Amino acid sequence: MAHAYTPGLKVTEKMTVTKRRILPLKGEVVVKVGDTVEPDTVVARTDLPGNVEPMNIANILGLPPEDVPDCMLKKEGEPIEKGETIAMTKSFFGLFKSEAKSKIDGSVENVSNVTGQVLLRGHPIPVEVKAYLNGVVKEVIEREGVVVETIGSFVQGIFGIGGETHGELKVVVDSSETVLTDSLIDDSCKDKVVVGGSLVTADAIRKAVSVKAKGIVVGGFDDKDLRDFLGQDIGVAITGNEEVGVTLVVTEGFGEIMMAGRTFELLKSKEGMMACINGATQIRAGVIRPEVVIPYTGEKQVMSAEDEAKSAGLSIGSPIRVIRHPYFGKLGKVVDLQPELHKLESESMARILAVEFDDGEKAVIPRANVELIEA
Amino acid sequence: MAKNLKPEDIEVILATDCGSTTTKAILIEKRDGEYRLIVRGEAPTTVEAPFEDVTMGVLNAVQEIEELSGRKLLDEENRIISPRADKDGNRVGTDAYFSTSSAGGGLQMMVAGVVRTMTAESAERAALGAGSIVMDVIASNDKRLPHEQIERIRHLRPDMILLSGGIDGGTTTHVVELAELISAADPRPRLGSGYQLPVIYAGNKNARDEISDTLHEKVDLEIVDNIRPVLERENLMPAREKIHDLFMEHVMAQAPGYSKLMTWTDAPIMPTPGAVGSIIKTIADINKIEVLGVDIGGATTDVFSVFQDVFNRTVSANLGMSYSVSNVFKEAGLKNVMRWVPFHMDERDLRNRVKNKMIRPTTIPQSMEELVFEQAIAREALRLALEQHKSFATVLKGVQQQRTIADAFSQSASGKTLVNMMSLDMLIGSGGVLSHAPRRQQSALLMVDAFQPEGITRLAVDSIFMMPQLGVLAEVHKAAATEVFEKDCLIHLGTCIAPIGEQKGNKPLMHYKIELPDGKSEEGELVPGQMRLIKLGFDKETDLPLKAKAILKPDRNQDVGNGKGHQVETTISGGVVGIVLDGRGRPFTPPEEDSKRVEKLIEWIAELDIYPVDTLKKMV
Repeated sequence: MAHAYTPGLKVTEKMTVTKRRILPLKGEVVVKVGDTVEPDTVVARTDLPGNVEPMNIANILGLPPEDVPDCMLKKEGEPIEKGETIAMTKSFFGLFKSEAKSKIDGSVENVSNVTGQVLLRGHPIPVEVKAYLNGVVKEVIEREGVVVETIGSFVQGIFGIGGETHGELKVVVDSSETVLTDSLIDDSCKDKVVVGGSLVTADAIRKAVSVKAKGIVVGGFDDKDLRDFLGQDIGVAITGNEEVGVTLVVTEGFGEIMMAGRTFELLKSKEGMMACINGATQIRAGVIRPEVVIPYTGEKQVMSAEDEAKSAGLSIGSPIRVIRHPYFGKLGKVVDLQPELHKLESESMARILAVEFDDGEKAVIPRANVELIEA
Repeated sequence: MAKNLKPEDIEVILATDCGSTTTKAILIEKRDGEYRLIVRGEAPTTVEAPFEDVTMGVLNAVQEIEELSGRKLLDEENRIISPRADKDGNRVGTDAYFSTSSAGGGLQMMVAGVVRTMTAESAERAALGAGSIVMDVIASNDKRLPHEQIERIRHLRPDMILLSGGIDGGTTTHVVELAELISAADPRPRLGSGYQLPVIYAGNKNARDEISDTLHEKVDLEIVDNIRPVLERENLMPAREKIHDLFMEHVMAQAPGYSKLMTWTDAPIMPTPGAVGSIIKTIADINKIEVLGVDIGGATTDVFSVFQDVFNRTVSANLGMSYSVSNVFKEAGLKNVMRWVPFHMDERDLRNRVKNKMIRPTTIPQSMEELVFEQAIAREALRLALEQHKSFATVLKGVQQQRTIADAFSQSASGKTLVNMMSLDMLIGSGGVLSHAPRRQQSALLMVDAFQPEGITRLAVDSIFMMPQLGVLAEVHKAAATEVFEKDCLIHLGTCIAPIGEQKGNKPLMHYKIELPDGKSEEGELVPGQMRLIKLGFDKETDLPLKAKAILKPDRNQDVGNGKGHQVETTISGGVVGIVLDGRGRPFTPPEEDSKRVEKLIEWIAELDIYPVDTLKKMV
């Protein structure tokens, strides 16, 4: 492995956040460099080609393929309407006719005299890309999109579901250890990004959906509840397209795990501010983690030299979180780093570190099983 | 570059494998008339930011080789020194340099054919044999509606598409229809937006003009010989070679640093799985044996086999030990995983542990409980991967076979699997959970439980994943590759002997006599449900596995290789584990009843010394 530990998730009070907002196909950018944008500001738009509906006219009309072009009433490029007759044959002195009617609105794309297949193309599908953040357009990529930049607080999660959304932060628990149950969610959570503690229950998520909350940020979530909520098991950690009515960002992992103190305190201090969140997760080449961005407002939209976060390596005193059993979720600091391989209870040989947990307990953990708490 | 060197003149070989995470380098030298691995080095792969140049990782790995071997391999400008220039006791340079790669996700293809079980399946075999992952197989008869197929083609971002269909001289309609769908979908390649998607047409030659008319403006079309010119025969090589050429030209050339790396190597860079397949095929051919190889990774499990001289490869892209571990759990089911675990675990807790491994894939088992559970999942991943392989590695479907009376009675039909666990000679495992198991016996039992070999089967692991480099070497120098494979690459675990047949009560399955090289003998009767381990290790001087004579007399209902009731007298090989006599029968699963299951699991664990029994008993 390149590193003997897992670089941690980012949780930072103030940093520059940059996002590329790009169209799936070339189109039109509708903002310019320097424009101030909000999460719902459309920055670029394009039309996706309409859906293709093939129709085998040769089969429908009982003709050899080479005869199909002659019986077409609509030629390539011509517009069509759903239900309109697009091809017809007549037989027996015109007494009998067979018709083929279009299944969609759109146009005729292609007529094949080899296969007898006609391709119909539906109307173009408009697609817009929004800014996602409160910020400024930093760069325009011609016909593709923009780069939006903001300065704000940033919390990276470990797993999430649902896509981009935004809302005011609302902390509904007293501490990072409190379980977020449905009784803590009410109509005042409408349009809000709700912050919980160690776990969100399945009932709480359903309640959040029913009151139209925008998102939930919490320490942990039971996989069994996730499966019940989604209606299926997640096989691989590639998410973001679920349309379940709410975006979920989990900060610690699966199970009941107290949200890290730093994370909880940061979110609490930002209560009432706009949070832009995204549950999309991709754990493979090109890792994507879910996130919470809380843009600063006014004169705070400036980074100073002191604000620039320094990324540290693993060393004595480094704050870490354990990310595997036993001691899963426990926080502490490194008290010893030995270079030699050490035999674990599983009999694997691994590089280890000695940790003192926040509750005073000490343990020896493989370096691969800890995550650095990054500033 | 010493490109014109004859194999017999090659005495020093440098080879690298650029994986997704690490780049591994090996140095092979001919010493005292034999090719041996001298040293191995590794360094992080440098394909992603901030480096974005794969050659940096290659040079770092080669530098480690220099330090460990004392052979200077890089000049002042960081170029690989070749040809070799040994002089005055100074070892300098290499005769040849090769490389393989899976960095950047490897090669991902989509294939299309007219009939799912015939031309589409042949196309799938061609793609898999070339080392690709097959993202989807589109067939005219695959039950999806045309607009669904178009949407699927649009949605996927393959590196290239292989289109096949129709025997030569047959109808052209269906394959041209498929081309029309591809054209309508207007697929865009995964890597790089500035070029057209390569599409290889390997179908009915009569349709070539129409295919060209339909596709040439939208894609970069290449035409090769039909992969199924007649139903009775597959002709996969032209398509495989074209896939490989396009892989180099389009995929590799896009990945940062590869165009530079391509100028360094003395043979084309192969996709890693293609190279692994190459060495397995070579070993099977040279030794005239049937081989099954498995590489179980974090995201995928590759299975390679050579049965009846036919090579097959499958990629179970949904089965793996970290990224795909949740899928394994989902497909196998909780009950199947837990049948291998001799203690209770809470389901809610289990599910969370599996998901936590999925989202934090680089963690390792610290406690014994975690190790046992992880290896239980591995058994299911391997078992499922083999099932997928068995249903794919078949005799050609759609072929009218000459049937004899015997065929009719044995009900052999076209589409029958080639995988035969009785005729299998060697089982080779690779991948973290097998290669880095804390005890080698764990790897042996993992493979035996998952694959359930029958009769007499040798077991081995590739502990340092050298197979890719040896595979690309085998294309140029078979003898060197084979020698290093057998002497240095494989960790020989030993031999499994498993009689098969109906088991009746406690009636002994077979009488065995193993005559060990030290003159002693191990003799006895194997009873149903029993496992027995006989230690047989390595020759201290040659480091090769010791041999023993085995005389096996199966009960008349049992077959141990020569038919029911027929004695087998043969030489068997030892290894790190030894000889494993497996009387559990085939197919076998641990007892259903919980206390009986735990009792038997602990019995087998104790006999083979799989886990420390005292630690295990505390968890039961």
